[in-house]
Amino acid sequence: MAVALLESLLEGVPAGPAARSAAVAALRRDGLPGTRDEAWKYTALRALEQRRLVAGDAGAAAREVDAATYALPGIEGPRLVFVNGVFRVDLSDQRELQGLTLSPLSSEPARLASLLDAGEGERADAFERLNTALVADGALVRVANDARIGMPLHLVFIGTSADADLAWQARVRVELGEGAALTLVEHHAGTGVQAHLGNLVADYVLAAGARLDLLQLQDAGADSTLVRRDAFRLDRGACVSAHALELGARLVRHDFRVDLAGPGSRLVSRGTFALTGRQHADTRLDVRHLAPDTACDIAWRGAADQRSRGVFHGAITIESGADGADARLSNRNLLLSAQAEIDTQPVLVIHADEVAAAHGATVGQLDEQALFYLRTRGIPREAARRLLVSAFCGATLDGISPDALRAHLLRLLAQRLPLVEGA
Amino acid sequence: MLKIDNLHVRVAGKDILKGLSLEAKAGEVHAIMGPNGAGKSTLGNVLAGREGYEVVAGSVEYDGRNLLALEPEERAAAGVFLAFQYPVEIPGVNNTYFLRAALNAQRGQRGETELDSMQFLKLVREKLAVLHLKDELLHRAVNEGFSGGEKKRNEIFQMALLEPRLAILDETDSGLDIDALKMVADGVNAMRSPDRAFIVITHYQRLLDYIVPDFVHVLAEGRIVESGDKSLAHKLEEHGYAWIAQRRLAGAA
Repeated sequence: MAVALLESLLEGVPAGPAARSAAVAALRRDGLPGTRDEAWKYTALRALEQRRLVAGDAGAAAREVDAATYALPGIEGPRLVFVNGVFRVDLSDQRELQGLTLSPLSSEPARLASLLDAGEGERADAFERLNTALVADGALVRVANDARIGMPLHLVFIGTSADADLAWQARVRVELGEGAALTLVEHHAGTGVQAHLGNLVADYVLAAGARLDLLQLQDAGADSTLVRRDAFRLDRGACVSAHALELGARLVRHDFRVDLAGPGSRLVSRGTFALTGRQHADTRLDVRHLAPDTACDIAWRGAADQRSRGVFHGAITIESGADGADARLSNRNLLLSAQAEIDTQPVLVIHADEVAAAHGATVGQLDEQALFYLRTRGIPREAARRLLVSAFCGATLDGISPDALRAHLLRLLAQRLPLVEGA
Repeated sequence: MLKIDNLHVRVAGKDILKGLSLEAKAGEVHAIMGPNGAGKSTLGNVLAGREGYEVVAGSVEYDGRNLLALEPEERAAAGVFLAFQYPVEIPGVNNTYFLRAALNAQRGQRGETELDSMQFLKLVREKLAVLHLKDELLHRAVNEGFSGGEKKRNEIFQMALLEPRLAILDETDSGLDIDALKMVADGVNAMRSPDRAFIVITHYQRLLDYIVPDFVHVLAEGRIVESGDKSLAHKLEEHGYAWIAQRRLAGAA
């Protein structure tokens, strides 16, 4: 089925690895998923399909971006900045740190081609196909065996206004050697008036005993659409501790897939969304326990105000042989307006014996008793409401360091919440 | 300062206050005693502005203004404070942050400058010392995991910090051991002043040994049925609330 979006984007696909032409063919054949597709049940793409977007930004190198757009307190290490999907050497900080290799994929075309060819192929979903068809840039991050990188690495993706609305693509590949450790901040920001579609595909490979601390701060432009697919593969004893904060953009889809492939590997995932206006955020976690004694601990919270819609799908599968697995999933939500909607779907599938698993999901309303209590102390209704919602969502940010960064994130969270109830 | 006239209040379709009248002047401490279900807590909640309390008739004047027309936060800024019978736990909101937000919100509404963190901390240290409260309570979430006594003392601490002109204590003594009761009473007594009025709602006379009231009122079946000085509290303690009902019957006969 021909859709305007794909027509506009697939016309000038650059020649390249075999994976590109295969992705284009698959896209032309299958189009974008509809809401009858279980994975897209709560996120309709009809409006997006009808848009005509320009593939990539030829003028990205000259776009002015203020450093304040990406500055984060306590994050002062190496930084790669991408503007409308294009690497900007002038905004980046490629300082050399022992054990860390950092490069934009645009400078390593052979490496990019091999990454694309090693992709999901026919199993890839529509947005990964789109990414494979069009991507020309991104980040390649490698940490050597036993290297513990003391400074956080900052990957920044900025959408900024161009001559037309764009579809930009980026790919990220992160490889941690045995016993390596890295702190990574994936940061989405927006400036100017634009309704771009950003599409990021990220793969993380952790060798035995590696540790990744990941913060994903999504504060993209108010009218933009952002689709992200992260896939993690953890070898024996590896650990991922991830925090996600979904604040910006108009339409957001975030797939977060984790394979606990090695014995004793584990995931801790914390995340929250605070939505307002007509925002729509769909988060889909898919964790597979493939080896014995693997563990995941997932706790997400969300708040939806005005006419926004939040979707949380948390699926944990414990495959046969993954004995001794420990899986915990909790999802708590606040519905702040009668026009808002929250859909939460915890799914636990167990094929192994001797496992410990717990999951729960709730959708509730703001505690009126607490609201009244704050007001009797002089805090006006709207401020009291903000205080309660940001405290609720902010609980997922515990453990983020340094404190200055956590405080900054809490401020962002509080600012994002609307002042007028139900408007 | 406060003038309640013939107040009728309905809660969930049920008449609770049925013609309550009470006048409190600055500098006075009024104790309101009464049996369970008399409407004591309803009075506190109506004065603080809780939703769900329907005023069917009567009026409440505070400093010449119609108190019932004000939002809860406006009442707070105007100097009205309710110490809750059951203080609410607010997970994730730091006690210090909350208190500073409250104090500065009130100051803002009154057109006063906000206190910076140094000024605020100095004020907090002064008030903590008076109430023998541990510093540690400040760093925890509001009332979360506090013992019953700690919650009540936190209420009095908030009152000390916010310096209201009209303080309503709703059964602040319930669930307190004698040491906590004395601390609460000390906190209140330290704040007694010619500019400030207290309404102390209690079920038991015990608290009034420590906070000696100027007036004692008996609230029964939704109205004040008897008023007197502090000796009335002792009579109630001696004879029980049934004594009031009998006296009323005798008076009517």
